[in-house]
Amino acid sequence: MNQNQIVLPRARKGKNKLVFWMVCFFAFLTMVPLFLIIWDVVSKGYENFNLRLFTEVTPSSMDALMARMNNDPIPGGILNGITGTLLIVGLAILISVPIGLFIGIYLADNRDRHFAKVISYLTDLLQGMPSIVIGIIAYSWVVKPLSSYSALAGSVALTIMMLPMIVRSTEETLKMLPAAYKEAGLALGSSYTNVVFKILLPSGFGGIFTGILLAISRVTGETAPLMLTALGASVVNWDVLEPTSAIPLLIWDFYNDPNLIGLIWSTSLLLLIVIFLLNWIAKIVASKWKV
Amino acid sequence: MEAFGEYGVWGFIANGEWDPRSATEEYGALSFIMGTLYTAFFALFICIPFSLSVALFNGEYFKGKKISSALSSIVDLLAGIPSILYGLWGFYTVRPVIIEMGVNAQGFGIFLSSIVLAIMIIPYASSLSSEFLSMVPDNLKEGAYSLGATQIEVIRHISLPTAASGIVAAYILALGRALGETMAVTMLIGNTNRIPLGLRDTGNTMASVIANQFGEADGLKLSALIAIGLLLFIITAVINLIAKIVMKKLSQL
Repeated sequence: MNQNQIVLPRARKGKNKLVFWMVCFFAFLTMVPLFLIIWDVVSKGYENFNLRLFTEVTPSSMDALMARMNNDPIPGGILNGITGTLLIVGLAILISVPIGLFIGIYLADNRDRHFAKVISYLTDLLQGMPSIVIGIIAYSWVVKPLSSYSALAGSVALTIMMLPMIVRSTEETLKMLPAAYKEAGLALGSSYTNVVFKILLPSGFGGIFTGILLAISRVTGETAPLMLTALGASVVNWDVLEPTSAIPLLIWDFYNDPNLIGLIWSTSLLLLIVIFLLNWIAKIVASKWKV
Repeated sequence: MEAFGEYGVWGFIANGEWDPRSATEEYGALSFIMGTLYTAFFALFICIPFSLSVALFNGEYFKGKKISSALSSIVDLLAGIPSILYGLWGFYTVRPVIIEMGVNAQGFGIFLSSIVLAIMIIPYASSLSSEFLSMVPDNLKEGAYSLGATQIEVIRHISLPTAASGIVAAYILALGRALGETMAVTMLIGNTNRIPLGLRDTGNTMASVIANQFGEADGLKLSALIAIGLLLFIITAVINLIAKIVMKKLSQL
């Protein structure tokens, strides 16, 4: 009996310690894949990470094969992918930011209206929608009527992906602003439009901008919807109605073509750098312009 | 929705055949539905110990400390890595390990894609659940501590039950992510059009079959793929709805 009383607390303490260290172990184990992925991409990608990557278009499979047989470095770069990503993502930003801002403002101001609840629910639905399904939607909305794959269709797909993120961040940020800001503006006799554009949006700038940056970084790496919409192209294309390539699309192409596999890691490295850079800027903006 | 008209909705869902050869053309979604469920649930199963640990680490043991914000921002970076890079990493780094383990000769299949999927959904599951864990009122926990409970006993009997529905909702949302994940799975699952028989088998998920075959599809096959997309959309929408209802129950408490 006496022994039991001594042993029992020890067992409890031991169990407590054991679980604590297991939690720490698994939590740190979770970080391992991140470093493995970064290490993989950097160590294999830095060799081909040079100026040519940014100035030349993708080589044809034949050229790459010839170069490989002569033991030359792979000719060409991914200029067509970089310009394509700029075109598609840029267009998607142009469409999604204004729409997302307005929906977000509406939701923040009319929380209890029935229509706002419907919109809010649809936003949630859109947020959980798989990217490939969004690709199919953009395909049937844009590619089919125009009967051609195009950068525009890719932008529409990315817009649908960005919208819920921008709407949510705008709404949440505006909700956090003190109601006195808005009331003071209205009491001074300025119109609702003025209050929104001169008071609410500037004071919520940090949160909203962070949301937009995160949305951009999310869609920059998206591949699946672009496969069904922008398709890809081996030349630099600035026409929104023509098929266009993008950096993640090129990675997919390289993956499927053994002759071009040498370019895959440097391209991935570039994509990873862009995305981490966007995330990093978003973090800085968020901490600088705290509401 | 030509495919639904051809086979009927149920006939399309319950048919495990996918045969694009024009003479014996026949399309059914069952093998892909099974593949999707297999990979997603197995991935969820793998991710639980990791994401729960991260959640406990951030929401309980080191709540509000510097190390927890460091860990959570690193885990958030995991969410930022594009799907296609996970696919590459899985192909070149994880696949040889799987072959070494002797799961199957090529390494491709449900097992490989589930492992990579699990890593991809850890951030979604852990960030939400740690938020719910840190919302557990302190006086509940203090009460238990004052009665002489150890930390693990407080977690088991106070924190986890109180935050339970939120944590469940977080895992349901993560499951929704896993169901719809496309590129990484497409690159790793092996792409065979039949019902997978086990974890060692290759297969195809709904998302990966669309990604793989959409480019060359037309006519009935195209409409069958779009029908699969619709099914996938319905499944994820229902999953998200369930998560929302569970969370609403929590906020009423």
